[in-house]
Amino acid sequence: MAKKLPKVDVVIVGVGWAGGIIAAELAKQGLQVVGLERGKERKTEDYFMVHDELRYAYRYELFQDLSKETVTFRSNEKVRALPMRQYGSFLLGDGLGGAGVHWNGQTYRFLPYDFQIQSKTVERYGKNKIPAGMTIQDWGITYDEMEPYFDAFEKMAGISGEENPLGGKRSDKYPTPPMKYSPQMKMFQDATKKLNLHPYATPSANLSEAYTNPDGIARTACQYCGFCERFGCEYGAKADPVVTVIPVANKTGKFQIRTHSYVRRILHTGNKATGVLYTDVTTGEEIEQPADIVVLTSYVFNNVRLLLNSKLGRPYDPKTGTGVIGKNYAYQVQKGNALGFYENMEFNNFAGAGALGVTIDDYNGDNFDHANLNFIHGGGIRISQTGKRPIASNSVPKGTPTWGKEFKANSIKYYNRTLSVSGQGASMPFQHHYLDLDPEYKDVFGDPLIRLTFDFEEQDRQLAAFLAERCGEIMKEMGADLIQVAKDLGPYDIVPYQSTHNTGGVIMGASPDSSAINNYGQLWDAENVFVVGASSFPHNSGYNPTGTVGALSYRTAEGIIKYSKNGGILV
Amino acid sequence: MSIHNEEESKDQNPSSVTRRKFLKNSGYVVGGAILGGIVGNLLGRPVQENNPSQAAGPTTDYNQALMFFTIEQFRTVEAATERIFPADEIGPGAKDLGVAYFIDHQLSGDWGFNARDYMQGPFYKGEAVQGYQGRLKRREIFDIALQEMNNYSRSKYQKRFYELTGEQQDEVLTAFQNDEVKITTISPSGFFNTLRTATIQGVYADPLYGGNRNMDGWKMKNFPGNQMAYTDIIEDEKLAKIPPKSLKDHVQH
Repeated sequence: MAKKLPKVDVVIVGVGWAGGIIAAELAKQGLQVVGLERGKERKTEDYFMVHDELRYAYRYELFQDLSKETVTFRSNEKVRALPMRQYGSFLLGDGLGGAGVHWNGQTYRFLPYDFQIQSKTVERYGKNKIPAGMTIQDWGITYDEMEPYFDAFEKMAGISGEENPLGGKRSDKYPTPPMKYSPQMKMFQDATKKLNLHPYATPSANLSEAYTNPDGIARTACQYCGFCERFGCEYGAKADPVVTVIPVANKTGKFQIRTHSYVRRILHTGNKATGVLYTDVTTGEEIEQPADIVVLTSYVFNNVRLLLNSKLGRPYDPKTGTGVIGKNYAYQVQKGNALGFYENMEFNNFAGAGALGVTIDDYNGDNFDHANLNFIHGGGIRISQTGKRPIASNSVPKGTPTWGKEFKANSIKYYNRTLSVSGQGASMPFQHHYLDLDPEYKDVFGDPLIRLTFDFEEQDRQLAAFLAERCGEIMKEMGADLIQVAKDLGPYDIVPYQSTHNTGGVIMGASPDSSAINNYGQLWDAENVFVVGASSFPHNSGYNPTGTVGALSYRTAEGIIKYSKNGGILV
Repeated sequence: MSIHNEEESKDQNPSSVTRRKFLKNSGYVVGGAILGGIVGNLLGRPVQENNPSQAAGPTTDYNQALMFFTIEQFRTVEAATERIFPADEIGPGAKDLGVAYFIDHQLSGDWGFNARDYMQGPFYKGEAVQGYQGRLKRREIFDIALQEMNNYSRSKYQKRFYELTGEQQDEVLTAFQNDEVKITTISPSGFFNTLRTATIQGVYADPLYGGNRNMDGWKMKNFPGNQMAYTDIIEDEKLAKIPPKSLKDHVQH
């Protein structure tokens, strides 16, 4: 028998960006909130030894222990799904702050087009533009309605940036000025301007100058040390939940964090949740936490898995396209890039910051004409200077052997003589891309793992080839002596790292027929359950997702406060 | 932030200054591809700082002993990694960088035991895009593969791998890389790729792990290692020449 604890107003499952933001906003309003986090506590002092590429980037210090839980994967329904036994394609965050600790800090807003992708595509190109099986749909909210929440997230995190000339309308400028421009960023800026494109400094959560946010949280400026992605910030300069929203929640006295608490079921009777069941992984004890409101803010895969394992919501059926939990899994097209080798120039590539870079959106969303193209949407194109680390960075000209004398000489010679321009392509959902429970493989508790059925489509291959050509044109303008363009996407392969921008599975929308949650993140089928994260995205855009996840979290917090007063379905 | 202040004060610490001066005076100049044999000359001579307790003579590196390999396995790995990342006019190779010790130490811990990988069955042969689906742990794969490398060497050249000429060793490694060796229990190319990756890691990981001896891997690449800030150089057009620091710099007493 599980130990039953006293009831609280709200229980939050997973304390990363979404959980932290919601905890802070609800606790400020006086609600009693418990945050359950399956990993350990994290704090800035943990990162004293963080400049360790092997430990953090290759031994996955900050990531979920796959021996306890992973995902299974297959390209299509004809293949047996097998477990992702080792890390590759994406990395699952773990511990207090979640993926918000190890992110790079690139903080974009999705485009107005994204939120109304279906109707805007049909409006401009007609119905036939959307190929059979592509299940794009509007998000049930517009960019203009989302704008105040983007603004709230950016001010909380202190985002450093300058206006995107091709982005949605802003109510205010970024709270801090853009990051410094390095010589390689200036080269990209000059080249894209010459090509009549519209460069802007990548919006950055790394913080260009000391900043105090509206909650009174003060942080110091980024030092460009080059260890962001896969690392925590030893300065607390990079915005993460541990140095921003969690202390605000704690200060209210209304928020309690329980780490090492692995939530396994959402408990429910009728069409309402009653709380959650979790295991204290330090003792093995099963504990029931009753609550008036349950909020799921873990990563994409676990949000879906918890709902399915709890038999809450209508599971998606790929054959009929009905049901919603697990629907519209999408990813990203991280192919389409150009690598430039310079014989007579050297760059301080080892220096950088996770969100140091310059972006153009001329080929993103519907910012360009798709009438004669065999794909919709597009991707951001950027130069990123995240800090080249020596294990990861061994680019050599094609034809160089992968080992031996020539490899050594070229990998050393070109370490500080290469620049990369890369596309981040959007990912459209298809009827046969989805998440469900694996029939065979289990986690450490014996619960089914989530099963991922996904492959790249013709849409993705066309997009990759298109973005690659654009990247090549920019690199040529940047004067590289040798340019290698990667444009062949190939099948989706879970082995090489690509992007931790997995999306969908608990998608938002205007109707319970086609979506799992409404635009407050409220589950249509259980009004006191809210689910927030990139799992809410009906498709994935050509941007890093955190800015939009953050905005949706503020929106959901507002919805929960409304719901706690009046109850009922909010829209 | 407390860490920041601590690091700033460490920068004023006399031993760091001495270290910098030493590197300057020793003629060590980092200049990308042109630094050549200078780094090689530093090889094997631990940098002596102006510290009375260490002034008596070279210290013993107690880290250079074996946690996992037999001596035969060690010699095989040392020879193989040296072919993957050889000594040349640019600087030291895998052997002198301690890469075989690095791999030995890694195999003795979490990585060797696949401690954080999903290793539950059932095991099925999967599609290539589904990744590694074997039941063997890395240390077991090394045991088998190193034995097979020596078997293959004996059958072709009547010698153990580490007794072959460099060219012969390359032929054996290439046969593994291209799956020309027939082994039923492991994937020869899978092993070769793991060995190659581990070699690169041993060359460039912080010296605390036993490779990248004397930070020579970093010096060859002009990677400054563990630095607290690049704010002053991030806008510079010229390649910055910064003597590297290791994580040891954070725990100097």
